[in-house]
Amino acid sequence: MTTTMAFLGSFGDAIDFIFSERPSPAGGTDVGGLGEMWELMREHLWLSFAAMAIACAVSIPLGLWLGHVGKGGFLAINASNVGRAVPSLALIAFFVAYLGVGFTNLVLALVLLAIPPILTNAYTAVRQVERETVDAARGMGMTGFQIVRRVELPLALPLIFGGVRISAVNVVATATIAPLAGVVTLGDPIINVNTYGDEGRLAAAIVVALLAVVTEVALGAVQRAVTPRGLKLEAGKRRRLPFPMTRREATS
Amino acid sequence: MKTPRWVALLMLLLASLALGACGSDDDDDGGGDAASTTAEEAPSAGIQNNADNASTKLTIGSKNFTEQKVLGEIYAQALAAAGYDVSKELNLGDEKTALKALEQGEISAYPEYTGTALLSFFGKQADELPKDEQAAYEEAKAGFAEKGLTALPPTPFVSSNEVAVTKETADELGLQKISDLKGKSQDLTLYGTPECRQRLDCLLGLQEVYGLKFKKFVPVDIALRHEVLSKGQADVSIVFTTDPQNKREGFVLLEDDKGMFPPYNSTLVVRDDVLEKAGPDMEKVVTQVNEGLTDEVMQELNARVDLDKKTPEAVAGEYLSESGLVE
Amino acid sequence: MTLAQVEIRDRSDTCEANNGFCPDWIADNFDRYVDPFFQHVLLTVLAVGIGFAISFTLALVAYRRRWLISPITQVTGILYTIPSIAAFFLLLPITGRGNDTALIALVAYVLLIIFRNVLAGLDNVPADTKDAGRGMGLTDRQLLWRVEVPLALPEIMAGLRIAATTTVGLATLAFFAGAGGLGEQIFADITFKSNVVVAGGLAVLLAAVLDGLILLVQRAITPWTRAVAAR
Repeated sequence: MTTTMAFLGSFGDAIDFIFSERPSPAGGTDVGGLGEMWELMREHLWLSFAAMAIACAVSIPLGLWLGHVGKGGFLAINASNVGRAVPSLALIAFFVAYLGVGFTNLVLALVLLAIPPILTNAYTAVRQVERETVDAARGMGMTGFQIVRRVELPLALPLIFGGVRISAVNVVATATIAPLAGVVTLGDPIINVNTYGDEGRLAAAIVVALLAVVTEVALGAVQRAVTPRGLKLEAGKRRRLPFPMTRREATS
Repeated sequence: MKTPRWVALLMLLLASLALGACGSDDDDDGGGDAASTTAEEAPSAGIQNNADNASTKLTIGSKNFTEQKVLGEIYAQALAAAGYDVSKELNLGDEKTALKALEQGEISAYPEYTGTALLSFFGKQADELPKDEQAAYEEAKAGFAEKGLTALPPTPFVSSNEVAVTKETADELGLQKISDLKGKSQDLTLYGTPECRQRLDCLLGLQEVYGLKFKKFVPVDIALRHEVLSKGQADVSIVFTTDPQNKREGFVLLEDDKGMFPPYNSTLVVRDDVLEKAGPDMEKVVTQVNEGLTDEVMQELNARVDLDKKTPEAVAGEYLSESGLVE
Repeated sequence: MTLAQVEIRDRSDTCEANNGFCPDWIADNFDRYVDPFFQHVLLTVLAVGIGFAISFTLALVAYRRRWLISPITQVTGILYTIPSIAAFFLLLPITGRGNDTALIALVAYVLLIIFRNVLAGLDNVPADTKDAGRGMGLTDRQLLWRVEVPLALPEIMAGLRIAATTTVGLATLAFFAGAGGLGEQIFADITFKSNVVVAGGLAVLLAAVLDGLILLVQRAITPWTRAVAAR
């Protein structure tokens, strides 16, 4: 019973930290409050967004193209397996040791983290478009590029967004350890607990968790929105499970 | 590569022991206040093991950067050699965390700096800071005494916070003193520890004493303080006097012309109850150990950890054996 | 009392002082990584093992009672989405610092992956195969353990592989919760190239080895899939 009370007390303190400023346990300037939390969140979101934008710009066209021409399958599919095996901390540490700290280097590291799921899904999505559909399009006189843009891409969008969703949540999660590389995100109260105090650390943990869940839900909604109605109906008949599942190539 | 170094070390050790045994005491400081032994005393400068100490348990703590870990190890190993039952709780965190652990009894002692204590614990303002090392020690000692803690005699070396820039930046902006930053700092990025934002001997002091505003302050882990400067991320960084990287990278340490930084000798701060139980040997061992810790030696020991990538434990052992304190 | 002089060394051209990749240093200091490595292995294996036990059971239950699938997916989905490092500190007030906190957070992460894969594997068993089984007189339970689960094994093992490799990655953050592991070594000297490469490399190696081991086990216990692979 006392553990529950203590636990609720900690959470109460943490919520209080988000809304009101208080002196830092390390003395000196105040910490906490909406202003500071917003600053941290803004940096966190900006870092994540920059990394995701670059990753998408690189992997979606590449994945679509490789899927269309049917080459580089080994690379595209195993990109995810290799990517999964590299811990995010190790990746960031590698960049810090070899390139140094700073926003740019960190974005680079996060881009590498984000590429594999998007690349694999883009490639797989295009490969899964049925041959007959592509042949019919070719029969209608469409060029390769037109086929990609008007046939394969719309059908591939759901799975691509699935990959984007997975990467986005990973990036948002990994941006929490960005302070190790000198970028002050929501992870700062977690890593530098002396400055913010225990309530600050818990508050940041709560906000990060919420941010990740919101990202997942928002992109999930986008994914549903870009799923063509035909696919949704067909999927509804075929699948009895509330999540997409392909036998061999699904990423995480 | 390993063998020649080992042999060189051994020869040096033998040579220095031989010299020590000859009993030359020309390099005695003229201070006279330390517990000095007469020249006729037995030449063994080593730490004596006293079996009575075995009943006293000591837990030695330290803060979270290299010099602290080395000091913690040195004291821990030296006290163990004197027969105490020693355990270690190093790498606790910043000074507030370490003090809390000491006051709550989680640790028996840890090495603090006189200047840090005056600024962070006893709330001295910049204009109240003593400039003299001994005066700073006495004031810190008095402050600790009120908390039921004893500050044992300090080390000769001083490890101050320093404002550092690269040689290129110093040349380009004509920087020699910290005041030279006035009017230029608003275009410069300062990197420091997370606590730096709250400390009068760090960012807060630079803002209040020198009136400096920086374009941006970025908090990074203390271990990265040179990295960010040499890799060009930081225009200005806060480093320590005894960092071996300063000389190696050619950093320029700006002169503290307004006297923002107090002296920072290291003093082992012990709980009164533990000190009483430990008896006179504890202070004796600490004084013996401190004697060899000059600026140069401390910098060398830091270099062995930071540059040679050895463990603080190994380096502390090397210090104790090379200086003849422990066989 | 005079003390002997401590040697001041010249280190202008040593590999370590120049922050390089130093095989000699690595060989001399390799024992720094041994304990953290085994802590890491233990944490991963326990997390995946416990996670598997829980999710497999949940999946078997949900396979028969379909209405459970959505709520379980939602809950495990949220647990999956919450970043591990946040989870460590959300749990801190309840479970304190140490291995337990890390373990709970890691187990929470793998639940969705394994639950999803087991269920998908079971659902993908062809209807005619099940009919044939029933025709042979197998009870529901016999059908499950002798037909459905074995046929679902490739999917299940795929899920295990994914779970294992990602858990190794997440366990590098376990030191934040006070559970040690290779991440602690990485963090101890994040700017030293040799250290980062060895500690990080060991983690990647561990993930690769676990992945390979599970694959071998899968091939061993599902010999029939090898023949069908070329489809």
